[in-house]
Amino acid sequence: MGKAFLILADGTVFEGKSIGAQGKTIGETVFTTGMTGYLETLTDPSYFGQIVTQTFPLIGNYGVIPSDAESMQSWVRGYIVREICDLPNNFRCQKTLDEYLKEQNIVGICGIDTRALTKKLRESGVMNGMLLSGNEADAFSDEVLINYIEEIKQYKIRLAVESVSISKKDITNSNNLEKNKSNNQVKKVVLWDFGAKANIARELCKRGCEIITVPYDTSAKEIIDINPDGIMLSNGPGDPSDNTKIIQEIAKLCESNIPIFGICLGHQLLALARGATTSKLKYGHRGGNHPVKNLETGRVYITSQNHGYAVEAQNLPSFAKMSFMNVNDGTCEGVKYCDIPAFSVQFHPEACGGPKDTNFLFDDFIKLMEK
Amino acid sequence: MALNKDIHKVMVIGSGPIIIGQAAEFDYAGNQACRALKSQGLEVVLVNSNPATLMTDPHMADEIYIEPLTLETVQRIIEKEKPDSLLSTLGGQTGLTLSMELAKSGFLKEHNVKLLGANPETIDKAEDRQMFKDTMLKIGEPIIPSKVVTSYEDAMDFVHNEIGLPAIIRPAFTLGGTGGGICHTEEQLDEIVKNGLHRSPIHQILVEKCISGWKEVEFEVMRDSAGNVITVCSMENVDPVGVHTGDSIVVAPTLTLADKEYQMLRTAALNIISELKIEGGCNCQFALNPDSFEYAVIEVNPRVSRSSALASKATGYPIAKVAALIAIGYTLDEIPNFVTKKTKACFEPVLDYVVVKMPKFPFDKFVYAKRDLGTQMKATGEVMAIGQSFEEALLKAVRGAELKTNSLDIKIFAQANDEKIVDAVGKCTDQRIFAIYQALKRKILSVEEIHNITKIDKFFLWKIENIIRLEENSGDNKILFEPKSFKMVDTCAGEFEASTPYFYSTTGGENEAASYLENARNGENGVLGEKTKFVPLGEGVAEDRQGWSEGETSPASKKSKGTIIVLGSGPIRIGQGIEFDYASVQCVWALKKLGYEVAIINNNPETVSTDFDTADRLYFEPLTPVDVMNVIRTENPIGVVVAFGGQTAINLTKYLDEQGIRIFGTSADSIDLAEDRERFEELCDRLDIKRPKGVTVFTEVQALEAAARLEYPVLLRPSYVLGGQNMIIANSPADVKEYMAIILRQKIENPVLIDKYMEGIELEVDGICDGEDVLIPGIMQHVERTGIHSGDSIAVYPSWSICEQMKEKIVKQTHDLALSLGTKGLVNIQYLIYKDELYIIEANPRSSRTVPYISKVTGIPMVELATRAMMGEKIKDMGFGTGLYRAPSYFAVKVPVFSFEKLMDVDTALGPEMKSTGEVLGIATTREEALFKGMSGAGIKMIRPKKSEEHCDASEAGVNVPEGVLFSVKAMDLPELPALAKKFYDLGFCLYGTDGNARTISNSGLPVIRVNKVHENHEDNIISLLDTGKIAYVISTSAKGRNPDAESVKFRRHAVEKDIECLTALDTANALADCLKTNWSLENLSLVDIKTL
Repeated sequence: MGKAFLILADGTVFEGKSIGAQGKTIGETVFTTGMTGYLETLTDPSYFGQIVTQTFPLIGNYGVIPSDAESMQSWVRGYIVREICDLPNNFRCQKTLDEYLKEQNIVGICGIDTRALTKKLRESGVMNGMLLSGNEADAFSDEVLINYIEEIKQYKIRLAVESVSISKKDITNSNNLEKNKSNNQVKKVVLWDFGAKANIARELCKRGCEIITVPYDTSAKEIIDINPDGIMLSNGPGDPSDNTKIIQEIAKLCESNIPIFGICLGHQLLALARGATTSKLKYGHRGGNHPVKNLETGRVYITSQNHGYAVEAQNLPSFAKMSFMNVNDGTCEGVKYCDIPAFSVQFHPEACGGPKDTNFLFDDFIKLMEK
Repeated sequence: MALNKDIHKVMVIGSGPIIIGQAAEFDYAGNQACRALKSQGLEVVLVNSNPATLMTDPHMADEIYIEPLTLETVQRIIEKEKPDSLLSTLGGQTGLTLSMELAKSGFLKEHNVKLLGANPETIDKAEDRQMFKDTMLKIGEPIIPSKVVTSYEDAMDFVHNEIGLPAIIRPAFTLGGTGGGICHTEEQLDEIVKNGLHRSPIHQILVEKCISGWKEVEFEVMRDSAGNVITVCSMENVDPVGVHTGDSIVVAPTLTLADKEYQMLRTAALNIISELKIEGGCNCQFALNPDSFEYAVIEVNPRVSRSSALASKATGYPIAKVAALIAIGYTLDEIPNFVTKKTKACFEPVLDYVVVKMPKFPFDKFVYAKRDLGTQMKATGEVMAIGQSFEEALLKAVRGAELKTNSLDIKIFAQANDEKIVDAVGKCTDQRIFAIYQALKRKILSVEEIHNITKIDKFFLWKIENIIRLEENSGDNKILFEPKSFKMVDTCAGEFEASTPYFYSTTGGENEAASYLENARNGENGVLGEKTKFVPLGEGVAEDRQGWSEGETSPASKKSKGTIIVLGSGPIRIGQGIEFDYASVQCVWALKKLGYEVAIINNNPETVSTDFDTADRLYFEPLTPVDVMNVIRTENPIGVVVAFGGQTAINLTKYLDEQGIRIFGTSADSIDLAEDRERFEELCDRLDIKRPKGVTVFTEVQALEAAARLEYPVLLRPSYVLGGQNMIIANSPADVKEYMAIILRQKIENPVLIDKYMEGIELEVDGICDGEDVLIPGIMQHVERTGIHSGDSIAVYPSWSICEQMKEKIVKQTHDLALSLGTKGLVNIQYLIYKDELYIIEANPRSSRTVPYISKVTGIPMVELATRAMMGEKIKDMGFGTGLYRAPSYFAVKVPVFSFEKLMDVDTALGPEMKSTGEVLGIATTREEALFKGMSGAGIKMIRPKKSEEHCDASEAGVNVPEGVLFSVKAMDLPELPALAKKFYDLGFCLYGTDGNARTISNSGLPVIRVNKVHENHEDNIISLLDTGKIAYVISTSAKGRNPDAESVKFRRHAVEKDIECLTALDTANALADCLKTNWSLENLSLVDIKTL
């Protein structure tokens, strides 16, 4: 393994070893605390534009299991682990993680003090960073560092949703569709894809829904014309407020009275469409251990999370109320709208990776469509 | 929810004596529970028969009863103390079973006592095999095909017609799986089914399809009254299903599970705890087919357990404390995360390190015990190691387990031929991991082949292969992954700021302990200092650059008098138990009180000492030179305390002294003076203190010569000893030969000592010395005469048959010796009286096994005083006087407890080699009552025959109540037999005896039934007599034991298997008979709150 460097915007340099593809990459450096589910992380479109650090030190133990992917490719800009497993073992394992990273052209680094990096990101907040490996690493010197830091600082995630969304409409039928059709139970759901994780569709399919996935630039009218029973606003990457056009279209959709369920970015976009505000968290929530409290029942659930922005609870309009709250920092984790059949959550009830404890929200969505 | 306002006074039941399957983890849990309850202003009544625990320390509870953990006793304490609640889930299986009995009988309801933590229906759903099965089926959780049976025939029918062999037998309601096992053959099936039915208190066993080879995965989960559920930790056994989890090498978190498998099992664990409605902690064990998503729930423990202690230490999440708070009404989201202090207990810890737990087995002591591992737990303790990689953590665990090796390359395999290695890989024993290493190193077997044989996941095998690769690259004699810096355990993988002073070492990177100290001293605790250093991470092999700020002294914060490091005692083992954790923790507390900053180093996850808020800083590290020095370099202490950590800490004295590290208390030289035979003999001669004659030998020839010269019987032992390890009394040259063969085989380099064995009264004294004066809290007298290890003897405080002149002599010799040894702190001296002369057996200038109980019964905080003496205070200023402390108005009797039923093939005969795993205490105003209490507490069945006119009608006796006593004592003991037999006869027992015994008894004029020895009659003999149910007690002494093939050993083992009390010393038998003669019973024994003594 050759040398590799991680350079942070504040000038900190970590030296490690190269994994994955070789070259140079810049991204927003974030960390995730999930101890399993690295493939799910790599293929989660919400990580678009980001260099992801795994806080758990042993990554790649069960290799790459293609069927566990949450999308067709990896979206991360770079990948940081403490130790990568060269000899994985699992009955479904098809290749090593390193092979996968090379295939996906992801530049990575291993062998650095990921805990020190995590603490740094915790203290300073999300920071841009650069990974160098191969010839780029060999050529690295203190002289070029200053130039690199300029380059790193200028980086901004752009066209996030545009990059990860599908390009044309797609219809998924669930296996149960024919059976359910006869019972008149089939729900037609439009999945508005801002970078959707595959398990959202799987969960809906499992519940007998027909899913029509539409690209990010679909208009409200086009969606209403499909005549769906419900609309699923997916997760996705980037700053939600960048998506002004989508927000306008969602606002129109809200007038249709079609049941809406938003997850993560979908939750933020829906809130923005209804007049709420969002802001960037210092270093976000990424991992599978975040407690959220259902404010109606008082029950606390452990959730899977991956977001850098949050809806500001204090600016929620009067017809909206906070339904879930983060137990650790009090931020808004879910909103219920009283005037329209719509609700949304910041966390990931579809899990993958992470706990499935809030899976019941998909049932709630089905019930909402049945009303 | 908050605190339930109806709760004011809570009773906590402890787990009793340490036995295999129930060890120090419950002292840790009980300690946390008591503190949590007291923090909420509740009154706490504690019952625990184990005097060596911290939880029975006076400040832990408001009322403390060191009384037998029996139903009658607990009921009587409830009647006396009138608690409004009973916490059931923190006292191990013992506490839980008692609580359930109290609840089911209606006693709790009658006395308005609320049961906290669990209810009987819940517990039955988890513990009763059939109800468990039904419950799992109801919630759709798969279980292994099995059947609950109560008869031998049903078991056979199920195996033969439904599941086939191999099959697993699990008896209901037994500890650590006692009496169970895997049956591969018809013979094994026959034996284990019979034994399992017998062992189960309700004669119920589970016969189960054997799924060995599946992965074994555990989840520790918690639930509160609002129904919130979380998982605290996942754990994966390196050994697949089939080896008891207590005997497995375990990693946390799971390392080979993909997210899909992990979440599947996590969800299952949460479903289970939700269905059982447990309020507190719960342990769920699963078997996972490595080739599919198929899984099965193996077992659910609806209480705090050994695994939860491990999970607490592995994650930093204090399960027992949170469970106690949940039990009194709080919900998870109301309880703070005690580590981050900023977040709540309602979250799931994430790790950014790997934890490896390694069990500690007693096979080094029990050379004849079967090393095979199975469903019955055999480990006495465990070590935990934390690292940044599996390899690092595994090697740390190996170093810390005190196996006399720093690597996986152990002598017996390094020197064995290939065939033997292959053979050892195929046998599931405690040594298998070392055999695997050797096989891979020599390339005898491939990873694939070893996987096929052992079913150990290839992931782990490749990691072991990686260790071999790293070793090859590193050159000779280098410790792989040499520790250089420290990381913090913070429950959240660095996501949140934490200020837990809980550290583990690793090869490099930021030294968080150094940052912590720097910040603490600059008064900005928790914020990263500017001087934080980054070090390149070595890949396996240590690099030259160091992770600490060398040369930079770390001045202690202004108010502290400096930092002192206290060394703990490592894993629990026979001879070094929980009492040393008690002493280490007491020392930490005392030093803190004196104004020092204290850092503790220990690696035992079961203990209070490794709780992160015991000392100012906790270093979870092996107790070896390299690891301890690494801590010293960061902490820069003013000195180190070794006196309270048992032999583990004492063994480091010489090394630390050579490094120029100050040892507080007795100096390294003085410790050597006490341990070095020649130096010690010189000292005794100088002080005119008598010692049994002895010599040092290296070979068998020398040993035989020496023994002949000293005259048999002689005592043989290796020079540096621990708990009488490898010590025997030899009565003949054959014994000497057998012993020397074992010792020489183990490659023990130190010489062997041979002493003249003198039969006499054995005494034990603990003293505290400041260099000028000695305070002796008391003199203990053993019930058994010399020849039985002091740890296995019944010890009575105060002595009862020693005249004043002798006492004065003991005090004087103790005084002289303590001063001459340069003792600063505690000293433990064992004496014997032989023909009215006082002899010294040994002196150890350190804490001893008896310190906790003598402290409790005398009210002298011995460790605290010793610590103060160590730090320069004078005993005469401490308020307890000097010399022999005033005699108390009561007796305290320590009775040892054994775990023989867990250790197949171990001879139960007591001797100079320690065999007990724990102890109980009986306190009362008379010696007889205290003895009765102690014996009852130790689980000895106190059987009194119904008085009848017709003695010894063998045909009728003992049909319902066993009313026979069977004597089989050695020739040397025969002269004392008639008097002993008479005592039992007078109590109404029928007497049985083997040939010579029967003749002796008969000649004394008592009726006796002669019983055949096995070689005399293979059908009708002493063993078949045990099967009849007529025998209450067996009194068996033999000239020569140990070898499991010996008839007498088999006979005693059979008594263990039949659960018949077997006494192997005449003194113990006499004491028992004397107890039975009194009118004491569990119904009328006095109840003593030790706080009122």
